[in-house]
Amino acid sequence: MYQTNYIRASSTNDAIAKLGDDGKLIAGGMTLLPIMKQRLARPKMLVDLADCGLAGIEDLGDTIKIGSMTTHVDVETSQIVANGIPALATLAAKIGDRQVRNRGTIGGSIANNDPSACYPSAVLALRATIHTSNRDIVADDFFMGMFETSLEDNEIITAISFPKPTAAAYAKFPNPASRFAMVGVFVAKSETVRVAVTGAGEDGVFRHEALEIALTDLFAPDAVESIIISSDELINDIHAPRDYRAHLIKEMTKRAVTACNQSQFVS
Amino acid sequence: MAIVDFKFNGESVSADVPDNTLLVDFIRETLGKTGTHVGCDTSQCGACVIHLNGVSIKSCTMLAVMANGQEITSIEGIAGGKRMHPMQEAFHENHGLQCGFCTPGMIMSAIELVSNKPNLTEQEIREGLEGNLCRCTGYHNIIQSVQSAARAMRED
Ligand SMILES: Cc1cc2nc3c(=O)[nH]c(=O)nc-3n(C[C@H](O)[C@H](O)[C@H](O)COP(=O)(O)OP(=O)(O)OC[C@H]3O[C@@H](n4cnc5c(N)ncnc54)[C@H](O)[C@@H]3O)c2cc1C
Ligand code: FES
Ligand code: FES
Repeated sequence: MYQTNYIRASSTNDAIAKLGDDGKLIAGGMTLLPIMKQRLARPKMLVDLADCGLAGIEDLGDTIKIGSMTTHVDVETSQIVANGIPALATLAAKIGDRQVRNRGTIGGSIANNDPSACYPSAVLALRATIHTSNRDIVADDFFMGMFETSLEDNEIITAISFPKPTAAAYAKFPNPASRFAMVGVFVAKSETVRVAVTGAGEDGVFRHEALEIALTDLFAPDAVESIIISSDELINDIHAPRDYRAHLIKEMTKRAVTACNQSQFVS
Repeated sequence: MAIVDFKFNGESVSADVPDNTLLVDFIRETLGKTGTHVGCDTSQCGACVIHLNGVSIKSCTMLAVMANGQEITSIEGIAGGKRMHPMQEAFHENHGLQCGFCTPGMIMSAIELVSNKPNLTEQEIREGLEGNLCRCTGYHNIIQSVQSAARAMRED
C-alpha cells in the first residue's frame, strides 16, 4: 500500500474540511482498503467517518431512514427493517460474509456503485432518497454507470430513506467465490412494480421496463415468461456469458416475485 | 506516523507506526503475535480474523490506527491460562485442521458465530463460516469441531 495519512472527522462538515483536494472518505474500508492494497488507489489522506454520528436506523412511518455508516449486520438484524422492509434485511444478510458485514456500510456500498453490489438494486427498486451533505437525490438520478454516481467531489452521503413497499424481495445468484451478485434482482411492489437488476449491466444497476410493465399488469411469475430479455449491454466475463446473465435476470425475477407472494407482504 | 494505542488481549499496547500499517501487520510484526495469519490480499480468506470489541473482523482490511481506543482479541488471547478455549479444544479433539493455516481465523469466526446463536444447524455453521477458506478443504471436521464446541459452550 502506498503511503497515506489517516484522520478521523468529528462531523460531516469537519470531514469536508479535512478532505481537501486529495482526500478520500473511509467508511468500513471493505472496498477501499482492498483496492489500496492492490495499489489501484492512492489517496493522500483518508478521512474516517466513524465518529460523525452517521449510524442508525429510524422508523419514520412510511419510510425507514438508514444512516450511511450503518453496517450490513445492523441492517440484517434490525427489528425496524425486519418489520418494515424485510427484503432489505435479507439482502444485507447475503452480502459477502459475516466479517465483511461487521464492517461494511450501506453508504460505502452505494457511493462505490460496484456493478455487482447488492444495495444499489434495493435503492433503485424501492425509489429511495439519498441524503447527502448538501442535498437529497432520488435513486433514479443517483447511479450513473459502473462505479459512477452523481455525487460531487467531497459530497458525503449521510443517510438513505427507503419508502416501505407493499411487498418486496431480492433474489441473488451469487458468484460462488466472491459472493457478489452474478445477477441480483430486486422487485418492489407499491402502486406499480419496480424491478432493478444488479450484477448484470455493463453500466451498473438498471431498471427493466418490460418486466415492470408485465408485473404491474399481473404480479405473478408467469407474467414474465414471455418477456424477451435482451443480452445487449450485459456483462460478459469468465464467470458468465451475457446470454446466461440474461437468462438469470428472468429466473431471479421469478424467484423474487414468488418470494413476494409467499411471505414478504407487509401491511 | 500515527500513535496506535489499544487493548490487546487484555493488555494496553502503544506504538508509533506509519498510518498505512494494516492491523494484521501491526499484530504480527510490531506486537510479534504471529498466530493471526495472512492468506490473501483480496479480503476473502479469513486467515486474519480477530475480534474487535468482541466482533469478528478481518484484520487485513483495517488500518492499525483505526483500532485506537478499542479492544482487540487475537487467537493468543482466548485461552484461560493453560486451559484451552472450548473452541480450541474441539478443533483439537475433532481433528479440525490439516496444515493449520486457516485455523486461527476459523476459531475466531466460530467463537462469534456460536456466541450469537448457541443452537446452530450444520447449514448455519457452513454459512456462518463463509468468510473463512480452508485451502486443505478440511471443512467436514471443521464443522464437527464447531458443533462439538457449541455443545461444550452451552454446558459451560
Ligand atoms: C470478500 C468481500 C465480499 C463482498 N461481497 C459483497 C456482496 O456480496 N455484495 C455487496 O453488495 N458487496 C459486497 N462486498 C462489498 C461490501 O459490501 C463493502 O462493504 C461495500 O461495498 C463498501 O462499504 P464500506 O463501508 O466498506 O466502504 P469503503 O470501502 O470505506 O468506501 C468505499 C467507497 O465509498 C466512499 N464512501 C464511503 N462512505 C461514503 C459516504 N458516506 N459518502 C460518500 N462516499 C463514501 C469511499 O470514499 C470509497 O470510495 C464485499 C466485500 C468483500 C471484501
Ligand atoms: S488475509 Fe485473507 S481475508 Fe485477511
Ligand atoms: S487446515 Fe490447511 S488451510 Fe485449513
